[in-house]
Amino acid sequence: MIRVEDLRVTFQLPRRTVDAVRGVSFEIEPGECVAIVGESGSGKSVTARSLVGLAGPGARVDAVRLEVDGQDARRFAPRDWRRLRGGFAGLVLQDALVSLDPLRTVGAEISEVLRVHGERSRSARTRQAHRLLEEVHVPEPQRRAGQYPHQLSGGLRQRALIASALAAAPKLLIADEPTTALDATVQAQILRLLAERRAAGQTLLLISHDLAVVAQLADRVLVMKDGRIVESAPTKALLTGAVHTYTRTLVEAAAGRRRATGPAPGPVVVEATALRKVYGDRAVVRDVDVTVRRGEIVGLVGESGSGKTTVAQLLFGLAEPTSGQVRFEGQRFSGVPERARRPLRRRLQFIAQDPLSAFDPRWTVRRIVAEALPRGASPAPFLERVGLGEDVLDRYPRQLSGGQRQRVAIARAIAPRPSLIICDEPVSALDVSVQAQVLDLLAEIREQDGTALLFISHDLGVVRDLADRVLVMHDGRVVEQGPASAVFDRPAHEYTRELLAAVPTLEVPA
Amino acid sequence: MTIALDRPGAARARSLRAPRPGLAAAAVFLVLALLAALWPALFAGDPLAADPLHVLEAPSGQHWFGTDQLGRDVFARVVHGARHSLSIGVAATLIAVGAGILLGLLAGLSHKIADEALSRSFDALSAFPLVLLALLFIAIAGTGTTSLIVAIGMALVPHFARVVRAQTFVVRRAAYVTHAVAFGAARSRLVVRHVLPNVLGPVPVLAVLGLGEAILLAAGLSFLGMGPQPPSPEWGAMISEGRGYLHVAWWASVLPGAVVTATIVALTVAGRFYQRRFEGRELA
Amino acid sequence: MITAILRRAGAGLLVLWAAATAAYLALLAAPGDTVDAIVGDGADTPGIRAQIIQEWHLDRSAVVQYLDFLLRAAHGDLGRSYLLQRPVSAVIGSQLAPTLKLAVAAAVFGVVLALLFAVTARRLTSTAGLILVSTPPFLIGIILLSIFSFRLGWFPVSGDRGFAALVLPAITLGLPIAGTLAQVLRDGLDRALDEPFAVTARARGLRESGVLIRHALKHALLPAVTMLGWSFGVLIGGTVIVEQVFGRPGLGQVTVQAVNSSDLPVVLAVVILAAAVFVVINTVTDLAYLLIDPRLRRS
Repeated sequence: MIRVEDLRVTFQLPRRTVDAVRGVSFEIEPGECVAIVGESGSGKSVTARSLVGLAGPGARVDAVRLEVDGQDARRFAPRDWRRLRGGFAGLVLQDALVSLDPLRTVGAEISEVLRVHGERSRSARTRQAHRLLEEVHVPEPQRRAGQYPHQLSGGLRQRALIASALAAAPKLLIADEPTTALDATVQAQILRLLAERRAAGQTLLLISHDLAVVAQLADRVLVMKDGRIVESAPTKALLTGAVHTYTRTLVEAAAGRRRATGPAPGPVVVEATALRKVYGDRAVVRDVDVTVRRGEIVGLVGESGSGKTTVAQLLFGLAEPTSGQVRFEGQRFSGVPERARRPLRRRLQFIAQDPLSAFDPRWTVRRIVAEALPRGASPAPFLERVGLGEDVLDRYPRQLSGGQRQRVAIARAIAPRPSLIICDEPVSALDVSVQAQVLDLLAEIREQDGTALLFISHDLGVVRDLADRVLVMHDGRVVEQGPASAVFDRPAHEYTRELLAAVPTLEVPA
Repeated sequence: MTIALDRPGAARARSLRAPRPGLAAAAVFLVLALLAALWPALFAGDPLAADPLHVLEAPSGQHWFGTDQLGRDVFARVVHGARHSLSIGVAATLIAVGAGILLGLLAGLSHKIADEALSRSFDALSAFPLVLLALLFIAIAGTGTTSLIVAIGMALVPHFARVVRAQTFVVRRAAYVTHAVAFGAARSRLVVRHVLPNVLGPVPVLAVLGLGEAILLAAGLSFLGMGPQPPSPEWGAMISEGRGYLHVAWWASVLPGAVVTATIVALTVAGRFYQRRFEGRELA
Repeated sequence: MITAILRRAGAGLLVLWAAATAAYLALLAAPGDTVDAIVGDGADTPGIRAQIIQEWHLDRSAVVQYLDFLLRAAHGDLGRSYLLQRPVSAVIGSQLAPTLKLAVAAAVFGVVLALLFAVTARRLTSTAGLILVSTPPFLIGIILLSIFSFRLGWFPVSGDRGFAALVLPAITLGLPIAGTLAQVLRDGLDRALDEPFAVTARARGLRESGVLIRHALKHALLPAVTMLGWSFGVLIGGTVIVEQVFGRPGLGQVTVQAVNSSDLPVVLAVVILAAAVFVVINTVTDLAYLLIDPRLRRS
């Protein structure tokens, strides 16, 4: 169905040339599910999009062989590509909120595909759109077809996007990170939907950064790194006997690795009782109690909208609780003026998901870390602790990689020797292999300094690998809490069970 | 072999590339304009010397821009006019930038209600026709160069105030500012260390772009007779004077006009270049 | 929807009130005696002075004067031009039609040209737009005049007789608007064409022109609609100059004359009128937004 030999894609940018794909060869047979796995910048998306002639603006595509649907695509004119798009191959992108036109109804988007592929009657298009929505299990298809993407939930939107990609009954469905923007439970539903399609004989090309996600579906996995395929094998073989070191790193990262639990927890560092936060008439946080002791890593888990970030803001004193109170190191931390909190401030630090926005863009790394230190103290030792050399001292944050930036953020957070660091999704924006390193670093800091960590994440796998104790939040409440092993192995609450079942895990056969 | 692909967005990639020849030309022109404003004698003779034997002569080797109805050299008048026009523009921009920064910071740093009231009035005033705002001021204060400068400055204030307030609003809520709270920094310290530098950073670029706007407005107003009075060689006034002889001598008003356009284009090109560089530094 | 409209109407009234108040304060702030300011360069006799004091209640307290001014402004009574010896509302009313005609013609021309340029000649737009925006409008007028009226004799040099007299002024006024609008539209199109939904649309087999017209154009209209208020500002300001260049009758001429002779009541009336236009345009803009972008409609 697809035969690619020595595919190369280069982008001509204003000042430089980027080799996104450097000689990739693979084939896709009818009925197969092939996955391309790689980290950001590995060239996986560009490879997939080249198959429909949409590599991107300024792209130059070369290949020894590029056979799509039995035709030599190297000689394709734009017209030829258009005939293939939609009809031969459907494309599903990451986030349906922006991948569907936000100014048009879902029904209009689906019926556009039908119109392009020759369906002239408007009423036939509408009927078909309803049928397609029904096929991807969108309830009340008539009503949903008339709604705009922003009126649908993330899961329904993604289903609608898939329906539009399937509308012209393509032989190949290309899904580029189809579940990345979704919560775990919704992700599980979408994966089930794709599995259902696959069982019905649909050929699938799946692109993802997450090995655990694709391992559930794919027959074969291609691992890409720096524009090349470093390993290609049937899924099982890849999981058990990866040959390439990079693949092994990915497998390990996806399988997860439990970090050592800390020493016995010390005295209470922060204690929040009966926290409640109401915005307008919506209670975002309801009756939440959190206690973190010295030397402890507490994981706070929840999906988007569960209220976990608001809890972080309340604990950090960025927002005032509507009722309830926060005590930090035995002193009142909520309901007091900022002036009263100021002497305690350095003992409580914060690491955000996006370190770039947390740094003053005009400041060098030296100045950023020095801000957290007494006047005159050198920031170098702290950078050394997080594994950065002196060479980054005079660079600006934007000149660093994502992993380096997060290390700088950690260096800045540990510099005032805090008793507690609140980490809000600190590794969510990082590639998996970098994630593992940052998690190791955090574990090490707890080990050596006895600093307590409140680790907030939507990613259960990450929390399981790091936390001693876990709180599960849902709808503004803590529905379950306890030692990590207990919560993960014997979940008591219905919601926790659902959440755990939804997490794609990599069962590596021993 | 290479495969031709749709290249949507290629136009954008191109437009992001700085038009180097354009930029160089703009730089050269601006330097010349500045020199003309400082030492006009460097380029041309007396702008007031009338020559009744050579009135309304077409451009030639001797009179590059021709002569006007009194036989004065149009090129000499344009060169000497640079001082008038540019200094009016610069002075007005300084007034606008200064007042704009003060008002914008005041709004951006004050509490919700005051901010709302101030920024709403900036919004309303900056959408109001510039010419009308300036004319309103001139109607009250009378005509003349000083009045013209203040009128243009005042008319441009809302625009700058609005931009500075928007920038303040963004920076104040930026993660790096809330983050600095973690180090026990007092509010005044946050403002001085983080907010001010990040707010004021883009101001010079805005000022360059605003200068173009000011010169354009000044030319318009003095065209209406609200600026320096004849015989002083101001660009707008020259265009207005030459208008009466359009049917016989287009050069007397079109060529000074072309110089105004070139000045503003050059300022905009330079301003946008630095704006892009600035944004690039922020984001890249 | 109805509450949204009502809220906007309320905000509009507030702006009008602010404009009237500002105008009134400007009058008080004018140097010298208020009576002098109102008289301006008009006939200055003791009789007229007495009439002004009586009409503006200058013998009463400031609060009464202000309230009276507002009350009369609300009734459309904006005082008397002492230069022309007529009520301001009559002066403006008689000159409104030619200006309106010019502004509407220029707006239509500008929008059509901008759309044409942005959609068909995206690459050319940037340079052409920059030059158009940077050229003083009166210069455009002068160049058009010297070519088409003096050289070719296609259009009349001045006046307001018939359609032919409207062509050059409307082009002069419309070109800078077309320049800016085309740039905004082009940027909007470029941005929209890089969005994921455009990739999805292309992946459906839609041709590039289809992506442009069916998807990107609507997105590009959003920032262009924001420019609407600004465009009308330019139009109103531009008429002042363009009417001068082409010797057309209209509000612009009246304004320049009033400013030159410090006929404050007329200037203030023009400012208040412009504020009213501004309010109407802004309301239209907000409603257009709701129409284009479903995300802004909240039930």
